[in-house]
Amino acid sequence: MKEPQKSVFVARETYRQRRTMDAARLLPLFGILALLLPLFWSETVTAERGTSRGIVYLFSVWIVLILCAAYLSRRLRSVLRKDESDGDAGGGG
Amino acid sequence: MSFNLLVGVCLAYVAALFLVAFFAERRAQAGKIGWLRSPIVYTLSLSIYCTAWTFYGAVGYAARSGLEFLVIYLGPTLVMVGWWWIVRKLVRIGKTQRITSIADLISSRYGKSNLLGVIVTVLAVVGTTPYIALQLQSVTLSFAVFAGDWRASGRQASAWQPVDLNATALWIAAGLALFTVLFGTRNLDANERHHGVVSAIAVEAVVKLVALVGLGVFVVWGVASGPADILARIDASPIADWQPDASRWVSLTFLSAVAFLCLPRMFQVMVVENADERHVATASWAFPLYLFLMSLFVVPIAVVGLGMMPAGANPDLFVLTIPLATDQDGLAMLSFLGGFSSATSMVIVAAIALSTMVSNHIVMPLWLSFATKGATVSGDVRQVVLIARRCSIAAVLLLGYAYYRISGGGTALAAIGLISFAGVAQVLPAMIGGIFWRGATRIGAAAGLLTGFAVWGYTLFLPSFGGSFLLTEAVLEHGLFGIGWLRPQALFGIEGMDPVVHAVMWSMVLNTLAFCLGSLFSFPGPLERLQGAQFVNVYEFGASARGWRGGMAEAEDLLVMAQRILGADQAQALFQRAATGQGKSGYLPDPSPDFLEMLERELSGSVGAATAHAMIAQIVGGASVSVEDLMAVADEAAQIMEYSSRLEAQSAELGRTARQLQEANEKLTELSIQKDAFLSQISHELRTPMTSIRAFSEILRDGGPVPEEDVEKFAGIIHDEAVRLTRLLDDLLDLSVLENGQVILNEQAGNLNELLDHALAATHAARQERPMRIIRDEHAEDLLIYTDTDRLSQVFINLISNAQKYCDAEDPELRIQVRQRGPRVDIVFADNGSGIPEKSQTLIFEKFSRLSDQAAAGGAGLGLAICREIMANLGGEIIYLPGQGGAAFRVTLPLARPKAAAAQ
Amino acid sequence: MGKHILVIEDEPNIIEAIRFILSRDGWRVDTHSNGEDAVEVVKRTLPDVLVLDVMLPNKSGYDILKELREAEDTRALPILMLTARGQTKDREMAERYGASQFMTKPFSNAEVLENLRQLVGADT
Repeated sequence: MKEPQKSVFVARETYRQRRTMDAARLLPLFGILALLLPLFWSETVTAERGTSRGIVYLFSVWIVLILCAAYLSRRLRSVLRKDESDGDAGGGG
Repeated sequence: MSFNLLVGVCLAYVAALFLVAFFAERRAQAGKIGWLRSPIVYTLSLSIYCTAWTFYGAVGYAARSGLEFLVIYLGPTLVMVGWWWIVRKLVRIGKTQRITSIADLISSRYGKSNLLGVIVTVLAVVGTTPYIALQLQSVTLSFAVFAGDWRASGRQASAWQPVDLNATALWIAAGLALFTVLFGTRNLDANERHHGVVSAIAVEAVVKLVALVGLGVFVVWGVASGPADILARIDASPIADWQPDASRWVSLTFLSAVAFLCLPRMFQVMVVENADERHVATASWAFPLYLFLMSLFVVPIAVVGLGMMPAGANPDLFVLTIPLATDQDGLAMLSFLGGFSSATSMVIVAAIALSTMVSNHIVMPLWLSFATKGATVSGDVRQVVLIARRCSIAAVLLLGYAYYRISGGGTALAAIGLISFAGVAQVLPAMIGGIFWRGATRIGAAAGLLTGFAVWGYTLFLPSFGGSFLLTEAVLEHGLFGIGWLRPQALFGIEGMDPVVHAVMWSMVLNTLAFCLGSLFSFPGPLERLQGAQFVNVYEFGASARGWRGGMAEAEDLLVMAQRILGADQAQALFQRAATGQGKSGYLPDPSPDFLEMLERELSGSVGAATAHAMIAQIVGGASVSVEDLMAVADEAAQIMEYSSRLEAQSAELGRTARQLQEANEKLTELSIQKDAFLSQISHELRTPMTSIRAFSEILRDGGPVPEEDVEKFAGIIHDEAVRLTRLLDDLLDLSVLENGQVILNEQAGNLNELLDHALAATHAARQERPMRIIRDEHAEDLLIYTDTDRLSQVFINLISNAQKYCDAEDPELRIQVRQRGPRVDIVFADNGSGIPEKSQTLIFEKFSRLSDQAAAGGAGLGLAICREIMANLGGEIIYLPGQGGAAFRVTLPLARPKAAAAQ
Repeated sequence: MGKHILVIEDEPNIIEAIRFILSRDGWRVDTHSNGEDAVEVVKRTLPDVLVLDVMLPNKSGYDILKELREAEDTRALPILMLTARGQTKDREMAERYGASQFMTKPFSNAEVLENLRQLVGADT
């Protein structure tokens, strides 16, 4: 219903911002996949024992997720500020 | 270390927390919010997710089942990292709708239904009580560790009597209740944040992080000799072989993620206490980082503990026993405070969240229905609400204590935590469906919640008592009424599954199924649809959807009620602001729909959406919003849509006009270019003969030596060129008349045969120096036609003389064929020359088109153009006929011109 | 021996007139009436001066002019352009492509003679 109101082509800056939002949506999916990976490990692939290998892997994935989220949240802060001022204008009336 | 010292430190710590909370409240009251609202404080407040269960229990969990403890942290990490999906939306909805708790969220979304509020509240109380018990248990256990002479016996001591342990738990519960009542019920409006509580929690968050990291550093570099050594110890330990159990790994990650969203205390700090949406952005990475640090040293501590402690020692207490065993009393004290912090912060926030829910959804509706004349009766509702909250807090803690006493503190910590998680997770379908699916209805939500609650209770909660509470051992063993496929831990005959996985799967599947079916087969009321649209489309709408019809309420009654909930000053200020906004003076604004909506929102911040709605409904009377009102709102939206689509159509129309103008402009430009080319051609055609005339007349005039025969020749040229000029001008005028359709046709009957005879005679075809053979079919030519015979002759003469001029055959001949086709007649003139090249065939009818040098032709190149115009005027046509072995033209015309066509 | 002049023009009567006027003045006159091979004819005969019509069968006078100006041996050849279209645009084109002189038809015989003499004189 509201699709026709939105313009189909937007300026470069807005475009980048929307793709950043897409990335923010995709990040947890990436996280889920990465965290499911240990389920498919077989016991004999490496000489390492399961726990120490799991520690190294899981904590690495974890820190990557944190860094990605930090980067994206920096990029998206400006969007939030705008949203909130809109919300205030709507809520104040 | 003496036990008294421990108690002293503990009391000092509690006193410090009171001070922190006290000063934070003071600062906030003085308007110096500053760091109280910083994203760091927000992130730290989220850390109440890490309770004593995670502080003590994670190590125990790791010691029992390796890396699986991580799922408890990875779930929330995924939720926070994916904040853009859900957390952001929840926070936005919480702000625009002034949500006070998760029960309020569900109730408000589904048409401010108090039934749902009650269901969620009960679910939350049942799900949280074991958890509070767990905290009490962990604190008492940790006291016991210090109290007991464990060094002598090598295990958890029994020097303290169980009675003493219970007393400790009771004292702790009482202390927590006092703190929570003091700082958690200072104000009613949930949107005025509990700065004191949040600040104290933030301090506790730092303490537990420092404690665990400190112990971790000590274990890695003090007990072991660095990370490599720790990894080696892990490989040598009993938990070295970790092969994740897929079903537990997936379902527990899911469960912890869901619990993070649905736990009442998490909702309290994440949504209700949120001051600024941007804080969520910071927490999206900072909170996962906090969890990361909290879990980084869990496995090392567990491994070192397993190696150091005697077999049978409680791994849940390694965090305390390791520093004590290594005589690190300071570290032990820090760890104790960390655990204490974890427990107390969780209990405080959980108590606040539950008390808000209980007072708003259970006590207030009851009070409203018992107070006969409702909200208008005098008496301070504020006081009622506050007392309800304080009692609720006490009751919640008492329940927790009672559960602790009943369960006897025997179960492993982690098991209780998961049971609690699975309980509150039942809110998930109603919550997610509510914020993403407009079709979700109150019936569906209630069906889902009740189903999930029942399945959870039957398959997980009640069996956790091991047959001692409600469910007997016989039921556990053989199913309800002895029906095998109703066995609580093997529902529908699915056996061999982990009990938690089994319960989570069945409860969530059946819950979601009931929710979806209930929603699909029920029809939502108007208010439900309104709220549904506002929740799902929270980013598009402001908070201004109409829920009320105005005019029926007395503003004064409303003010009386508002004063009793918001307090006199605040209510009067609110009414005055609204009155000013409407352009009125005084304290009584018109009870317009907008004002009622705003007032309800303000009230719902204090007593929840359902109660606020009910209170206003009592004064305004009857249904708040009807289907007609909804339709009116929809109509408004539709009008806006229509208007914008009209604008769109207009702009499309403008675009079309612009395109048409552009086309017209292009056509005009083209015409202008054609006109220039035409003028240029005319100029050329006129100047060429004039050049000869002038040059030769000057020669004759200037009187130089000119031979006699040349004089005659030059005079001849001048004469011929003058004739040519005249002919050109005649042709031009003729063409102009024909092109403008101004020609007057002199129509008469004539025989085609005679016309051709006449034309051939006029061109002297037979008497040229190169005689041309004419082939005709006299019989076919004998046709009577009715047309302008003079004009038609002109065409014939032109075509015949063209053939004479241009036919380059050795033995030129011209074939004239006549054929009648119905009402029309074709006359073909074909010579046996080399014809006209294909590329020029379309050009020859254009003005001034001459294919070879024109001298031979002696015309201006207007002949065929004139022919074409004549034929058009006669209602026929002339075309070039290719493929006839030479130049061939076909003239077509009607035998008799219809009058209508003539009139044109 | 008079100067050698080549007239490229497709209208026979105009050729006739120019030939008469110039011959009487002592010029040696050659004529050519087709545009297509005009450049080769000029290069072959290499006249002292060239009279060139703009509208020629098969090839425009401007194209011929351009080619002549691009070629080594005809770059400096004095060329008098004749046109019957008489628009300023034609004059501009002629100047741009490097015509030495430009005249609009109909012309005065005396003027043509004068201009041609000047062109040859300037050349020698």
